[in-house]
Amino acid sequence: MPVDTRTLLPVLGCVMAAVLVAVLPQWLDLFTLLSLTIYLVMALLALSLAFIWGFGGILCFGQAAFFGLGAYAYAIGVLNIGDSTWPVVLAIAVPALVAAAMGYFMFYGGISDVYLGVITLAVTLILFNVMNSTSGSEYQIGSALLGGFNGIPAIPTLNVPFNPDHVLEPETLFQVIGATLILCYLGLCGLLASRFGKVVVAIRENEQRAGLLGYDTRLHKLIVFSLGGGIAGLAGCLFANWGAFVSPGVFGLAQSAQIIIWVIVGGRGTLFGPILACVGIQALMARLGEQQHVDSGFVLGLILLTFVMLLPRGLLPALSTLATRVVKRRPQATPAQERAL
Amino acid sequence: MDWAAIFSLQIVSAIATLVLLSIGLAVVFGMMKIINLAHGEFMMLGGYVAVLATHNLHVPIWISILVLAPLSVGLFGMLVERLLVRHLYGRMVDTMLATWGLSLALTGTATMLFGNTTVGISSPLPGISIGAYQTSGYGLFVIAVAVVVLLGMWALLRFTHFGLCARATMQNAKMAAALGANPGRIYSLTSGLGAALAGLGGAVLAPLTGVIPTLGASYIAKAFITVIGGGSAVITGTLTAASGFGLISQVVTFFSTPVFGEVALLLAAIVLIRVLPQGITGRFFRRAF
Repeated sequence: MPVDTRTLLPVLGCVMAAVLVAVLPQWLDLFTLLSLTIYLVMALLALSLAFIWGFGGILCFGQAAFFGLGAYAYAIGVLNIGDSTWPVVLAIAVPALVAAAMGYFMFYGGISDVYLGVITLAVTLILFNVMNSTSGSEYQIGSALLGGFNGIPAIPTLNVPFNPDHVLEPETLFQVIGATLILCYLGLCGLLASRFGKVVVAIRENEQRAGLLGYDTRLHKLIVFSLGGGIAGLAGCLFANWGAFVSPGVFGLAQSAQIIIWVIVGGRGTLFGPILACVGIQALMARLGEQQHVDSGFVLGLILLTFVMLLPRGLLPALSTLATRVVKRRPQATPAQERAL
Repeated sequence: MDWAAIFSLQIVSAIATLVLLSIGLAVVFGMMKIINLAHGEFMMLGGYVAVLATHNLHVPIWISILVLAPLSVGLFGMLVERLLVRHLYGRMVDTMLATWGLSLALTGTATMLFGNTTVGISSPLPGISIGAYQTSGYGLFVIAVAVVVLLGMWALLRFTHFGLCARATMQNAKMAAALGANPGRIYSLTSGLGAALAGLGGAVLAPLTGVIPTLGASYIAKAFITVIGGGSAVITGTLTAASGFGLISQVVTFFSTPVFGEVALLLAAIVLIRVLPQGITGRFFRRAF
């Protein structure tokens, strides 16, 4: 059976990434490791939007809503239960269900993509206002105080499943998060290669035509949206684990904008581009945080403006077009090789 | 009786606030089919112009709110249209993203210039009493401005040459151009008008809320919901959607807290859009503007 480079490349990359994730904790000091951990958490969030927007064609400006819901669901769950196993499930299920409910109203209402962006953004901003106003002892779910704008501190972090006494070390947490990212990436690659994934891409390209060919476009979009919501929720859960803290800032406008920027810079229509862009921009933001002259939001805004005006397809697709052009000039390249690229 | 008067006044005041929040956005969206995500920041700029002109340049407060703020933000809006939006016509999503970038950059610039603190002007009108209750006189002024803005917009679209050309361009840009209207100029003026209305709204609301670089974020969700709920007819859409949403949010606010009022507003909007995807004026009052 001939092996296509298109499937080989991601798998090879993932094997290398898995080896790195396994050995890095022994090489790096704790501070660097913790910074890397948050990059990976955010990369998972970037991946979720790359899937929804880049492949599903669903313009979701409110991915932060699912991220934040996941973080809060985990925090509230684990504070009540003690063991972290079910709260993780909760952190995936709650955002996925909220996404399904929103998706029902939006997709079955036949709303066009621009309105979709506005509605998802509005939901996020309203969640931000709601969570901000929940300070005071009357806002309590079980034994978890919501804490308003102060957030929920001292969240118990992940433990070995069904064994609350055995809490994961930061090194193990890094490995778990890295493994989660790799598995989600491979899972989404597999899904996109399947029949379902092909239909999803067909709907992105021409929704009417896909519908006329007999596919239920609304249901497909609903599933994609819920799945992306669930992954974003998982990222939120890991975020709550990283700092043992969650505040309404996860629903903020800045957070929503960042996710969009990762996908725009990395390129719509790729899963790997947004992950790369996310890590790069996070590193840049960390640098900007060390000085006080330039506001980081200002820089983010300029990056977004520049890419939309000058390079709307994003870095990775632009680079791969460039690479294809260079290869095509070489006469010895066979058609099979070209297709592989 | 007094109680009922106060309660109705609060509802009308909530509706007027929604009108002022969203009319600038509605003008740009209804006429140019552009969703300006920097709308909230235009309002923030209007607020800053009003506050700084009053405090630092000692301009009379009414002039800075009613003249300076809309004028300067309107000019800024025309500049933005010329530099950014003009290159992206027909690419709705990219326009949204570009204006979002602008919104972040403006918030960042305001933070660098003015710092992340609230500045304010005190409300220039005394309170008024209805029976045993006391209410803010400035609230009445907000209602008056909203009414004047709506009437003015209606007169502008209905009776002036610009209004005629703008409505024609809105319906069919190429045909309007063939008949001698200049779409480039119309778009430029419409952007300026939308931005000026945003600046006016921000300035009028500044004494009530204070001004902070992140002010736009608190306005924008409500403004979007109102505009999308209203549909593409600028005046009728804004008025009907603002009335419905204002009523719902104010009633819920009365029985719980303002935050739940906002949540009720959002839920009402989502249900509305499921039932009427084109907004209220997509289904009713279709000949209105």
